[in-house]
Amino acid sequence: MSALPANANPTVRSRFSAWASQQRVLIALFLLILFGALRYDHFLGAFNVLSVLRYNSMFALTGLGMCFVIITAGIDLSVGTTAALASVVSAMLSPMGVLPGLLGGLAAGVAVGAINGFMVTRMKILPFIATLSGELAASGTALLLAHNQSVSVSYDTDFTWLGQGDFLGFPVPAWIALIAYVYGSIVLNYTSFGRNILAVGGNEEAARLMGLPVDRVIFLTYVQSSVFASLAGVILAAQFGAGQPAEGVGWELFSIAAVVVGGTLLTGGVGSVATTLAGVLLLGLIFNVLNFENGMGWISLSAYWQSVVRGVFLMVVVMAGPGTAKRVVRLGQTKTG
Amino acid sequence: MVDAQAVVRMKAPLNALGFLKRYAAVSAIVVLLAFNFAVTPNFATWQTLNVNLTQVATIVIVSVGMTLVIATGGIDLSVGSLMAISGALAPLIFLSPFGRAHLAIGNILAFVVPVVVAGLLGLFNGWFITRFRVQPIVATLVLFIAGRGIGQVITNGNLQTFKNPSFQFIGLGRVFGVPCQVLVMLALVAAAAWTLRRTLFGRQILAVGGNEKAARLAGVPVAPVKRWVYAISGLCAGVAGLVVVSINSSSDANLVGLGMELDAIAAVAVGGTPFTGGRATVVGSLLGALLIQLLRYTLLANGVPDAAALVVKGAIIAGAVWSQQRSMPS
Repeated sequence: MSALPANANPTVRSRFSAWASQQRVLIALFLLILFGALRYDHFLGAFNVLSVLRYNSMFALTGLGMCFVIITAGIDLSVGTTAALASVVSAMLSPMGVLPGLLGGLAAGVAVGAINGFMVTRMKILPFIATLSGELAASGTALLLAHNQSVSVSYDTDFTWLGQGDFLGFPVPAWIALIAYVYGSIVLNYTSFGRNILAVGGNEEAARLMGLPVDRVIFLTYVQSSVFASLAGVILAAQFGAGQPAEGVGWELFSIAAVVVGGTLLTGGVGSVATTLAGVLLLGLIFNVLNFENGMGWISLSAYWQSVVRGVFLMVVVMAGPGTAKRVVRLGQTKTG
Repeated sequence: MVDAQAVVRMKAPLNALGFLKRYAAVSAIVVLLAFNFAVTPNFATWQTLNVNLTQVATIVIVSVGMTLVIATGGIDLSVGSLMAISGALAPLIFLSPFGRAHLAIGNILAFVVPVVVAGLLGLFNGWFITRFRVQPIVATLVLFIAGRGIGQVITNGNLQTFKNPSFQFIGLGRVFGVPCQVLVMLALVAAAAWTLRRTLFGRQILAVGGNEKAARLAGVPVAPVKRWVYAISGLCAGVAGLVVVSINSSSDANLVGLGMELDAIAAVAVGGTPFTGGRATVVGSLLGALLIQLLRYTLLANGVPDAAALVVKGAIIAGAVWSQQRSMPS
């Protein structure tokens, strides 16, 4: 570390600004929850809290994978259709039981992630283009497998438990997301893989010169992202009782928005798992608050307003954020040249 | 740097293989055409040509603006949502009491207002990017999310159906047998290609994309150039939105332009414009869009399901970009 004094200062500065924006998203989340709790009777009721968590666990998972990819200064546009593909595969395997359904979905994710990772690390295709191809391929495969229709899951096995069940009074999907975030947090902060991810995102060339296995790290990050996306797909199938090949449109950009709101820089090298979760919850709760506000009867905003509000919210976060503004790097500018 | 490499490449002897790799899109189109003439029934007809050009026109129109944006090293994710807004506004105008009372004025306004609004929203993108020094991908994500919502809110999410031949001329009309939107497409491609090659503004776009700092030091008005480029992208999206609703005789803010940002980006990438900025080819984007369209048509016309065509499309995008990267020293 001391060998790079020239880099030390900007890194410290960007780390500080990232820390500042991390605190901001937590404060914003707290204020939104406080607002809801004071204004609406049942906002903090068990039913509302648990259904918000149950539904948003899918976006929490895609956001987590995306967070890691973005820390390596990459991007993954394939998470939405990967989830769709996994939902189809797991629904088709659901008659065999919970485990085959789950593993089948995850295998689909590993396949898409491996293709993405291969294109990015071996063929040196820009992540944006590579994962765009992956997105199309996953979508096409899902539609082919499902014959352009949704695939009903089996109710004879316990498969739907993965999406609709409870464990210790807490929704199963929320447990899955929680475990994933604990895993993500430990990996990023306490393992060499996590350090390598941060190093690769901070300066890929330097990481390569230091002898870090850059390509392997990037490859695994894309596989991991697709695995989390496929987990979200399995939950999707279990929660709504069907594998849905056409679902997942726009999930990738929503996940990117959540990661950005969470204060992770798209320039790579800096990021946090916990605030990504806060970003997901913040964007999810906006919809929830809007529903409650409509219930109060003072205003009547259609569901369409939620995307407007989300967009404006993203804009305010970006405007106020020193984090994203500090270092402007053009999309596609690879650091190795 | 880029220029120095360009000079070196010019001096290097051009061999046939290098030519094929650089013009991968053209080569692939030629191969596909040859295949179709040999195999696909009824391929060599005026109708086939028109069907394909009609389907590709909106993507090309959006790609024109996208090419200029990518030439500055940026990206515009908001184009699909801007199409939805433009497509939602036009019927609102000519179906309004005023539009019904004054048909001619109503139709003119239905053309002008949506395009201008989309252009202004594009200008907002540019302002947001330059004023707050936000990455283009994040800045345009705002209108990607909010824009479709705005379109849904102003129409209340309803499907607007209509029959208005003079307005729908842009999507259904023909001039000497050529569909109107194809002429619009060709005019925009020609204008943008000429702008990039022959005008000061075009040189400034490439300078900003090649090396922003150097461009600023050389006196290029970087921020205004960027704002204009995003405004142009918005205008193109606005026009494309009008074409789509005209073809459909209906406007559905939930669907108009859905996924268009990625289609346009794919066309630009396959066409050979690098995402690092500083180099751009509008004609390449046209060829890229044509290649993707022709490939899909070839597969569908020979009985391959649409879903499989999606997979092939993904492969062709990756393959085209890969082959271009290999042929260019970087």
